[in-house]
Amino acid sequence: MSINGAAYIVGAFEHPTRKAEGQSVAQLHAEVAYGALQDAGLSKDDVDGFFCTSAAPGLGPINMADYMGLTKLRHVDSTDMGGCSYVMHVGHAAQAIREGRCNVALITLAGRPRAEGMATGTVPRSWAPNIPDDPFEIPMARTVVTSYAMVAQRHMHQYGTTSEQLAWIKVAASQHAQHNPHAMLPKPVTVEDVVNSPMVADPLHRLDCCVISDGGGALIVTRPEIAKSLKRPLVKVLGCAEATKNQAAGGIDLSYSAARASGAAAFAEAKVKASDIQYASIYDSFTITVLMQLEDLGFCEKGQGGKFVADGNLISGVGKLPFNTDGGGLCNNHPANRGGMTKVIEAVRQLRGEAHAKVQVPGCKLALANGIGGLLGHRHGAATLIMERE
Amino acid sequence: MATMSANRAIPAPKEDPTTKPFWDAARAGKFLIGLCKDTGKHFWYPRGCSPYTLSNNVELVEAKGTGTIYSFTVMRSKEPHAPAYVELDEGPRVFTNIVDCDLDALKIGQKVKVVFKPTEEGGAPVPMFTPA
Repeated sequence: MSINGAAYIVGAFEHPTRKAEGQSVAQLHAEVAYGALQDAGLSKDDVDGFFCTSAAPGLGPINMADYMGLTKLRHVDSTDMGGCSYVMHVGHAAQAIREGRCNVALITLAGRPRAEGMATGTVPRSWAPNIPDDPFEIPMARTVVTSYAMVAQRHMHQYGTTSEQLAWIKVAASQHAQHNPHAMLPKPVTVEDVVNSPMVADPLHRLDCCVISDGGGALIVTRPEIAKSLKRPLVKVLGCAEATKNQAAGGIDLSYSAARASGAAAFAEAKVKASDIQYASIYDSFTITVLMQLEDLGFCEKGQGGKFVADGNLISGVGKLPFNTDGGGLCNNHPANRGGMTKVIEAVRQLRGEAHAKVQVPGCKLALANGIGGLLGHRHGAATLIMERE
Repeated sequence: MATMSANRAIPAPKEDPTTKPFWDAARAGKFLIGLCKDTGKHFWYPRGCSPYTLSNNVELVEAKGTGTIYSFTVMRSKEPHAPAYVELDEGPRVFTNIVDCDLDALKIGQKVKVVFKPTEEGGAPVPMFTPA
């Protein structure tokens, strides 16, 4: 059964903070939830479905439901697939709504790694106890940046991709970020700025990496009858799919991502193709992350990502595929080290015609949001969401 | 300009009941990999099931300890080090580090051989690789 047309996104809110020195993680969850409900024209007691991840404080959804006073819940889902979880949650919410398990789904994300001084990307980290791969990888200094860097190195070797081509992704994000008053890095940069910034992990430079920020966001997903009774523009869920990609018992192939599978399934459900998409939110933990997803989603052929992103092709009003018009993780924010939420939010803004005037895609009817969660060079998940302005 | 790999402090691998034989062999200088006895195929990392059939008909076997670099990076920290995937002659690609060499001279496809490196607090040594 398809979720095409089963649900609409009626509320979206991005927390304006980038360094939350005055709020706890729980308070941030409450603030984004309230913001999204206000945006939708709904209230707390309308919420009967709640979605979060292990980034939310507590045991699954239980503690945050208690903190926020969500007393009407009859469907919960705390499936965690890292940063792409919130893209996936929209699909899960649409499934639950289609099945009659809930009417109004609230999805929240919040965190404060910046205020807490977390070494997000450069220190080996374990997700939890008893993970079977940890003993073989933590001693080898498996970090977020080294995992993604090995993918970039392999892409360059296999397809001839260059640092200058990857830099164009950051350049495009910075062109958009200059119009976002909340962006952490609002200053436009050049290809030279990127390739001359310090090398962090070959071939990724400092400006190939996303920011570390606090904040969060929330979404409200509901059934068609309720969506049509509200005053907000109608953003219909056309398709959503998820996938994981493994080390394959030692047969790991770094040339593609799980977005190949999630994208194909989401496009099939949405009954559209990559060339129909007018705006794309593409998870940008690193520049290479974007390049891999663009290829795997079919925006260009495998190995041609470098040529595709060059010369401003991702800049709104300039290129063929406007992406991350809020500045993305590379320039705007990456709340709680999980960028999937803001990817959906900016796509919703574009479909509503509420992006900044300088980056708004004229007549934007069809948008995509894609996320990658976990470590691209080790094991990861992907989620693809396709939405339509009705 | 050369960047020599640092002798960084390596955290001890946390041993569990399933993989203890792997670490015991490492203490004796032997590099073991998984073998699925249902299919005859090798696998990495060692585990208590076959990732090909899910049965527990698996054993640890000694690898030759030679292979080629499939991909790598150089972490440009105060203690430069090179996380990498090495494709073993037996087939599996192993996440490891390339050590005891000029990290600026590393290349994909380069031949390497295993070398065990001591870990902190008397932990088991871990298999890393150096140019052959």
